Amino acid sequence: MNKNHRVPSSRSLSAVEVKSKFGAEFRRFSLDRSKPGRFDEFYGLLQHVHRIPNVELLVAYADVHGDLLPINNDDNYLKAVKSANPLLRLFLQRKEEADYTTFGTDSLTRKKNTVLSAVLLRPDPNKKKPPVIISLPKDFRPVSSIIDVDILPETHRRVRLYKHGQEKPLGFYIRDGSSVRVTPQGLEKVPGIFISRLVPGGLADSTGLLAVNDEVLEVNGIEVVGKSLDQVTDMMIANSHNLIITVKPANQRNNVVRGSGGGGGAASGSSSDSGASYHGYVPQGAAATAGPTHIIQNFPVGELESDEDDEDLVIEVGGEAETIQRTPSNYSMPSLPRYEPHLNLRTTTAANSGSAFSINANGNLRGSGGSLTNTNASSTTPSPDRAKERRNLEEEGTVITL
Amino acid sequence: VGEFFSTCGFVQPSKECKSRLRGGSHLAGAANNVAPFQRDGAEGCPSCNFLVCVCARAPPSVTRVTSVLTHSSGELLLLGTEGGHVFIVEVPGFRDCRSTIHSDLQKPPYDYIGRRNLEHVEALQENPINSNQVAIGYGRGLMVIWDLNHRCAIRHIPATQQLESMWWTENGSCILSSHSDGSYCCWTLRTGDKKEEEEKSNIPYGHFPCKAINKIVQLPTAGGPPFLLFSGGMPRASYGDRHCITVIYSKTQVAFDFTSRIIDFFVIRDGPHHTEPSALVVLVEEELVVIDLQTEGWPVIQTPYLVPLHSSAITCSHHVSAIPLKLWERIIAAGVVQNTQYSKKLWPITGGQNLAPDPPQRDLLLTGHEDGTVRFWDASGVCLYPLYKLSTAAVFNADADLNDNMSQSAEGEWPPFRKVGCFDPYSDDPRLGIQKIHLCKYSGYLTVAGTAGQILMLELNDEAAEQTVEAKVVDLLQGQEGFRWKGHTQLDVREEPVLFPPGFQPFTVVQCQPPAVVTALNLHSEWKLVAFGTSHGFGVYDYLQKNTVLVKCTLNPSDQLAMEGPLSRVKSIKKSLRQSFRRIRRSRVSLRKHHISNTNKVIQEANARLEAELAEMELAPVQRKIEARSSDDSFTGLVRILCFADTFLSDSSHNTPSLWAGTNGGTVFAYILYIPPVEHRADEALTAQPAKEIQLMHRAPVVGIVVLDGHGAPLPEPLETAHDLARSPDLLGSHHVLVISEEQFKVFTLPKLSSKMKLKLTAVDGSRVRRVGVAWFGSSRTEDYGESGLVFLTNQGDVHVLSLPHIKMQIRYPCIRREDVSGIASCVFTKQGQGFYLMSPSEFERFSLSTRYLVEPRCLVEAPLPPVFSNQHQPKLEGASSALRYMLSPYFPFFLQEIQKSLEGDQT
Repeated sequence: MNKNHRVPSSRSLSAVEVKSKFGAEFRRFSLDRSKPGRFDEFYGLLQHVHRIPNVELLVAYADVHGDLLPINNDDNYLKAVKSANPLLRLFLQRKEEADYTTFGTDSLTRKKNTVLSAVLLRPDPNKKKPPVIISLPKDFRPVSSIIDVDILPETHRRVRLYKHGQEKPLGFYIRDGSSVRVTPQGLEKVPGIFISRLVPGGLADSTGLLAVNDEVLEVNGIEVVGKSLDQVTDMMIANSHNLIITVKPANQRNNVVRGSGGGGGAASGSSSDSGASYHGYVPQGAAATAGPTHIIQNFPVGELESDEDDEDLVIEVGGEAETIQRTPSNYSMPSLPRYEPHLNLRTTTAANSGSAFSINANGNLRGSGGSLTNTNASSTTPSPDRAKERRNLEEEGTVITL
Repeated sequence: VGEFFSTCGFVQPSKECKSRLRGGSHLAGAANNVAPFQRDGAEGCPSCNFLVCVCARAPPSVTRVTSVLTHSSGELLLLGTEGGHVFIVEVPGFRDCRSTIHSDLQKPPYDYIGRRNLEHVEALQENPINSNQVAIGYGRGLMVIWDLNHRCAIRHIPATQQLESMWWTENGSCILSSHSDGSYCCWTLRTGDKKEEEEKSNIPYGHFPCKAINKIVQLPTAGGPPFLLFSGGMPRASYGDRHCITVIYSKTQVAFDFTSRIIDFFVIRDGPHHTEPSALVVLVEEELVVIDLQTEGWPVIQTPYLVPLHSSAITCSHHVSAIPLKLWERIIAAGVVQNTQYSKKLWPITGGQNLAPDPPQRDLLLTGHEDGTVRFWDASGVCLYPLYKLSTAAVFNADADLNDNMSQSAEGEWPPFRKVGCFDPYSDDPRLGIQKIHLCKYSGYLTVAGTAGQILMLELNDEAAEQTVEAKVVDLLQGQEGFRWKGHTQLDVREEPVLFPPGFQPFTVVQCQPPAVVTALNLHSEWKLVAFGTSHGFGVYDYLQKNTVLVKCTLNPSDQLAMEGPLSRVKSIKKSLRQSFRRIRRSRVSLRKHHISNTNKVIQEANARLEAELAEMELAPVQRKIEARSSDDSFTGLVRILCFADTFLSDSSHNTPSLWAGTNGGTVFAYILYIPPVEHRADEALTAQPAKEIQLMHRAPVVGIVVLDGHGAPLPEPLETAHDLARSPDLLGSHHVLVISEEQFKVFTLPKLSSKMKLKLTAVDGSRVRRVGVAWFGSSRTEDYGESGLVFLTNQGDVHVLSLPHIKMQIRYPCIRREDVSGIASCVFTKQGQGFYLMSPSEFERFSLSTRYLVEPRCLVEAPLPPVFSNQHQPKLEGASSALRYMLSPYFPFFLQEIQKSLEGDQT
């Protein structure tokens, strides 16, 4: 809250002028452009200047193109401050009455065919399709990333696929093959494991970071040299919830240029040779995956070994179902409206049950009671796909699935 | 923790037998004669190359050895070849090709003129009374008696049929020849210049065309007619597929009908001069059979070793260590009753000494078979010895003929067949197959479960009993809808009382509905409960009150494969398309070949086909799909493991009986069992209360569940503490449960079930757990120290040992080839850190991870040297073993090169 004491020096280049609107009220203040602080501090500041300390807010700003974009994390906050030229126009809404559909679509004057809208909102802006509803960037989860760019040789690429919470299949095949290595004795053919096929629409395909004939060098940090195809297959499946594979891309032309990393999602095109990198934006997929699929960033080392998402679910039957361990975030995720459009499409027949919540939690279906002894189907673990047919099952007993 | 060695557990008796086989008879045919040399010759021995080419399967070539004669002098070896030459070789050394009998040296008698070629040397025989004379039998039929001293032919015997074998009678007066048309002839050798007279040509199973008589033997008896024995000669059309040895003595004629191909046979003779035929030893492809020729009815002598394990295919095995003496004796007693049809005669093959110490304890290996039998083997020592055989087929109304194979054939049948040997691979009803076995060694209760969802409870009874087996059908689907089982039907249990012989007698049978294969089984004899699971669910049956305590359906409703059963037609279109393309292609390849093919081209054709298939494989390389497991996968509900434990499931102060079940989909179900106190056990109801469920995040199949007590030691077996054989589990400290999936090991605390430790296996090295067991490793230094460890076998064929309770990797040993999928699947671990697996369908290999418990074949076969002259028909170890020694001498290959050279020079 130290920013409160800052003197609003109106036209200084180092300051950002902020005009914040909440309902009918305006507030004006300024921020230090070089030291904008963190989002939560900024959020507190907004609550303070509007004198609404306990109101949950949805913060949005108008960018240079006139699009209304949300501010809800450090990244987009910094982006907003950076792009303020010179005025940062903020729009605050109460969270409970927030209108999510306004983002990026209307309510503000903006030019058509802006770069941002082309990338983020519509793959083809010329077609007048019903507006695509996108969720808030805070709720975006990475689905893949290139990591360890600084420590790997330029010819290699370490790709992390975030399977958890995805409805997309991992979707690729591997095969045996041979690659040519340079050894002191000259060129030598050595056996290797290669990607042989990508399933269209699968995670591997939609990220564009993996391609057919890429040689697999490591799986989650373990070299595959000397391992059989079956062993590598089993290793990948065992790590499927958080698969990190180091490949030597077959196509070396589009390698990431060193030093340009750390940027936003816009860098994606340069790292892909499959030509399929934009398939992920086709709105047939879940809206959630249409986010910035290509984030080039260096994860801290610890995150590579992060294992929390491997926690098992333990259920006390007869009592309340509980997860002893911290359940993975994707499974305990609160029901967010972002899923609604998508899931409603898939489970229209199930809508009457009003159990969108249970579906949203990706099958974490917890019935209210019913001991197992009196229900036949208590052990069945219906997946969301089956949810519509097995509606009665879900309501009968303590049914669990992950 | 331990020292590992892998031993070919049962090799000792076979060695002993082989040397005896060689010494004791004239095994005709080079392939048969030399094959044992090859087997016994140490690897890397210089003669190996030669021995391979001696094999019957070697490609035809003029140098291929087709028959071998070890001369009784012990100094000569005669080798007959494909090209019709006989090489006489001096032993030792093989250096001197003293002389060669070329086929063109033979001047065939006049009536043989016109025949082009004498063909290969089919048989070599030495005159039993004049060792200078050797009979050479050529494939075309001509037999020549050759004088070794004068190097000339003495006589020609002009047989006109294709020769199969030759036998020079004891007194040297006759030569018997057997032929490919099923006939044999006796040629009397006259002195002087007279021609040999064909006494008679006899086709024993005549009238219609017969198959060849492969080997003929005639042996005199002291005061009576001679024994005539021959193999083959059956009428081609009606019995051409039989494998028979006919024995004719006086008016008795029996055709012993074997279940697999006859390799060779010989007769053991005893009496003061080793002249009386006493036993017929037959080596058939799948077993060794010895027939007592001195006892009326020629009964079979029970084999003390080399008993075929696979008389019906082995479907599962179960090992029980440290059997109490009482139970041991009762099982043996039950087994003795079964073996009445065998001869009382002692095993006639002697030789070799077993130097292994007496086994420290009595171990049982139970094998379940495809035909519904369970065989009990004494697995205490080196050699598996059959103790008792249990058949479960009698419980069911099956089409199977319940008569034993040994039953005598009908009177007056011709040929006079008698079935011998116990190898019988044909199962009449595959549903009878045994899939799981559990024996309680303290109470004598046994449970076996089979392919059609049947679970039998059996009790050991020393008397025969006639009783009705109570059947109980358990519906594992529990009203699950949309289900149609397309697999086999359940077995039909006999309603009338059945007479069961002494031994394990079934008293109740549980039948799962749908009748899918039982995939998990456990017995708790103290609580009198049996738990069973299939791909549809699991249940607990109280065999005291004879009712079901718990039934739980684990089936995923969308799991089509599990729903439909093993005969499911769910098959991807892609796969069937690919297969049909392959078929078209293959038939094209074979068609093309067919035009130019003749009989010699068969091998080439096979090669071409193989090449085509290989090329095809290269076109579409093997791919593996990378996909995370989901709850939609097939057979996620298949129950893999069931485990009873007395532990803290509900709260940390009261231990209760519990049941644990693990599925293919990575789910663990835990139930609290309420068992009434002993005095009300028979009348008060038992209940099962669901208590916990664990869904493993990685969803890999759960293959093992081990409950550890407060000291971190595995809980003892039921009744073990009651018999004061184990210290009671520690109930003060907190218990843990170790859940073993194919990919990970995880320890959870009890009763909270919070994850405490884990060990990832697959994520790190790509191998998966296939088999798991808990073993106690005793120290080899001190008697009183030992540790429990978790032993497991991976799909890579490696055996690992993990410490308990900290699940730290201790050691890893490569044990089974990773391509040997059935070997890996058949592995069982013992409680003392040993293990068994099937190295072939008929052989168990035993390995030990323990330094204290080793089972090694320590044996000695004495082979006296130097060779002494003796009558060739008498069993003699000496000549053969010296021949073996020379065969393995380093000069042998040079000698062969010499033969090769001389022949090549000959050809050009």
